Amino acid sequence: MSKALDPILKISNLQTHFFTKAGVLKAVDGVSFEIGAGEIVGLVGESGSGKSITGFSIIGLVDAPGKIVGGDISFKGQNLNQLSNEQMQHYRGNRIAMIFQDPMMTLNPVLRIETQMIEAIQAHDDSIAHEDARIRARDALGLVGISSADERLRAYPHQFSGGMRQRVSIAIAMLNRPDLIIADEPTTALDVTIQGQVISEMQKLCQETKTALLWITHDLAVVSGIADRICVMYAGRVVEQGSIESTILNPMHPYTRGLMGSVPSQNQRGKPLQQIDGMVPSMLNLPNGCAFQNRCRRVNDTCLTKQPDIMHLADGRQVRCINLPEEYKV
Amino acid sequence: MTSFILTRSFQSIIVLFVMSLIVFAGVNLVGDPVDMLINPEADQMEIDRVIRELGLDRPVSEQYWYFVVNAFQGDLGRSFIFGEPALKLIIQRMPATMELALFSLFMAVVFGIPLGVYAGLKPESKVSRTIMAGSILGFSMPTFWVGIILIMFFSVSLGWLPSTGRGEVATYFGVTSSIFTLDGLSHLFLPAFNLALFKLSSVIRLARAGTREVILQDYIKFARAKGVSETRVVRVHVLKNIMIPVVTIIGLEFGSLIAFSTVTETVFAWPGMGKLIIDSIYNLDRPIIVAYLMIIVVIFVTLNLIVDILYSVLDPRVRIKGVS
Amino acid sequence: MNKTLNTSPDNTPPSGLKKFWSDFSESTTAVVALIIFFTILFIALFAPWVSPSDPYDLTSVDIMNSRLPPGSEDFAGNIYLLGTDGAGRDMLSAIIYGLRVSLGVGALSGFVALILGAAVGLSAAYFGGRFETISMRIVDIQLSFPSILMALIILAAFGKGVEKTVIALILVQWAYYARAARASALVEKNKEYVEAAHCLALGHRRIILSHIMPNCMAPLIVVGTLQTAHAISLEATLSFLGLGLPITEPSLGLLIGNGFDYMYSGDFWISIFPGVALLITIVSINLVGDQLRDMFNPRLQK
Repeated sequence: MSKALDPILKISNLQTHFFTKAGVLKAVDGVSFEIGAGEIVGLVGESGSGKSITGFSIIGLVDAPGKIVGGDISFKGQNLNQLSNEQMQHYRGNRIAMIFQDPMMTLNPVLRIETQMIEAIQAHDDSIAHEDARIRARDALGLVGISSADERLRAYPHQFSGGMRQRVSIAIAMLNRPDLIIADEPTTALDVTIQGQVISEMQKLCQETKTALLWITHDLAVVSGIADRICVMYAGRVVEQGSIESTILNPMHPYTRGLMGSVPSQNQRGKPLQQIDGMVPSMLNLPNGCAFQNRCRRVNDTCLTKQPDIMHLADGRQVRCINLPEEYKV
Repeated sequence: MTSFILTRSFQSIIVLFVMSLIVFAGVNLVGDPVDMLINPEADQMEIDRVIRELGLDRPVSEQYWYFVVNAFQGDLGRSFIFGEPALKLIIQRMPATMELALFSLFMAVVFGIPLGVYAGLKPESKVSRTIMAGSILGFSMPTFWVGIILIMFFSVSLGWLPSTGRGEVATYFGVTSSIFTLDGLSHLFLPAFNLALFKLSSVIRLARAGTREVILQDYIKFARAKGVSETRVVRVHVLKNIMIPVVTIIGLEFGSLIAFSTVTETVFAWPGMGKLIIDSIYNLDRPIIVAYLMIIVVIFVTLNLIVDILYSVLDPRVRIKGVS
Repeated sequence: MNKTLNTSPDNTPPSGLKKFWSDFSESTTAVVALIIFFTILFIALFAPWVSPSDPYDLTSVDIMNSRLPPGSEDFAGNIYLLGTDGAGRDMLSAIIYGLRVSLGVGALSGFVALILGAAVGLSAAYFGGRFETISMRIVDIQLSFPSILMALIILAAFGKGVEKTVIALILVQWAYYARAARASALVEKNKEYVEAAHCLALGHRRIILSHIMPNCMAPLIVVGTLQTAHAISLEATLSFLGLGLPITEPSLGLLIGNGFDYMYSGDFWISIFPGVALLITIVSINLVGDQLRDMFNPRLQK
């Protein structure tokens, strides 16, 4: 079921580059993947792999000097990349919502929660009365498990704990019943116990409302618990994608294998953790050929010169590596 | 909130007390108080009489006590030149200075914040660079020289606006001001613009710096991710955040506007208390100098207090802390 | 966004001065401003050789030549590029000599204020305790009052004159240096190298002067440039008001004040040109100071 029948978002060959003084930084370089309606996709990678930039590219909020220089972002048949900022506003927060990493920073400190929620409703519905919008905001807070929501609406962000603030952000994202939510490491800044709560809360909400979710994270453990499918990014490219079961059980790309190996888990107790040797190469100065060459154990001469193409495997998985074990080659 | 205001008021009273000590010491201990407080043209008999009257033959602590007691009763001495109570003379001229300073502040804010926010939003654009170059110029140009240029250009060459004095005043809602008459406004414009220019530069810089910092925050990006219009992002999310430092500085700068009005009032012969103090320094009219200093100190301390309270109103984080 | 990001191909760090200059010259405006400033400094230092005439040599000044417009020629064939003032002095020469006075007063007061302020600020940070509390309270109170007001108070109390103006400017400025010095010394004080100096049982004076102070110079230099510009402007203002320098030491402010009286009759040059000279001086110093501040500001470093 790896290919969704009805992809709500289809990204093909997305390229987002940053034009810095030191040179062009290809943060996202030819990324393609799809998300089906109601599907949860995990986008996994180290910091600097381009996973967050991919998320911001979808919603059209890449900061200067970054720019989308190529590719299509097709959302329900509409190429978002061609829309003006004003047209894009209609999608943002309405059909596509976003949740950020640090809940301490995402809410405006000098505005009441109600102001920040009601403006999100009114931005997409100019006919709704202030009172009605407030009721919707209150109900949304109740939905994410915030008690005495009516009172809490009058509060300011600093009167909430980190976990509560992230719940508020989720409530804001849910306000307009979007088709897709992009969650950029939404639990990284939270305590472990709160993390679990927020994750299951999000999973439940998305299932109930049939909202698709793009979960951006560096944490494979989190993603394996929530996602239907997984996309692994390395140095601005997707190196492997497939259903969560097959990818986690049998990772193909040497990078994904390395990532899996470096997750501490119970059945490995006593054994030393595996780690990926070496460092992420400078994004300004990527080598010819495969970007993972300097850290790869399967590396050969071809890897040093030729950029590997995506291999489509039988079970619908995609891997960007030329040295797959024989039995998987198509 | 109440306890916060009370604590701050108490601190203000202490500063006031310290400053009264300094002014008293400055006038009575650094210089010869006989020189300082007695008309230099008085004869010996007169001098002896005034020394007794002012209590200059008493111990210093007692003198300070009388200074404070008299100050509380509104008696800060009599002007040598005008022969009237110094406080009365200053209070007479205060409305003109306040009008000038407030109007300048108004101009600085009304022009400064939009220009600064624009320059902060588009730091690389030509317009922004021009705004910033202008602000460095405004920052560097000595007030008095700008005043001269303004007079030369708008009064002498073009003959558009008058260059000296205060125009006709009118009273509405119990406020007497020259902003209610055309003649008054025409007299007010040049000196107010002159005084505003320096503050305009700092408001621009402040608004720009604030905008540049706020615009990078996650909550701005989050507001955009909600689909909120760019206009609302700037007018509500950015503006409300930069208002905290801007209001603080504007409040504090209001005092310096009053101080700098000494220069502008001299250039434009504006009949305010700034011109009075400069004239008094020329004429060695010391009671007026002392009275002016004490009034300025009171104004400054009050301003600081108001700014602190306003700050807590604007920033919910400070306000809530004050309550608990 | 990437810690391994390596921007320069060769890894040898450039030497201090070279790095300083390459950072500084990133702004063309600042370089131009620096050149202009040095030119002004040169003109002021060598005024007797640079200026067309000595404006205060009574034998060369003829009252008959008073208020000549710019570019005029007198009977003796002397050309007055910027015109003459009410007493028949060549404006260009008067401005050059005025620059000398303005820069001199500004630099002298700035330098003394720097030493005084740095001494107080560094000691406050180093010794802490009651000295720190009291001195910093004074600094706070003083800085809450505008400098023009402080200067007026001091001059009203002491009367006018060169040394009194300089004293007033020093008293106005020292607090800025004290605050800057203390702020950066507080940071330096807790660093390992100071601990190490303590372990070597070095004396307080030695630690402050040869260990802490050199590391606090950057912010002090920034404050110094901007304050010097401010001091020059303030001195000009006071002299214009007739409360600063006496007639015997005609600074730019005094020249402008003199010209103010003639302006209503249309003789603009007597007031305008000294003002332009003053403005160029202040703007060039401010631009240099701005660039220095940006260079030393860690928050702006990328």
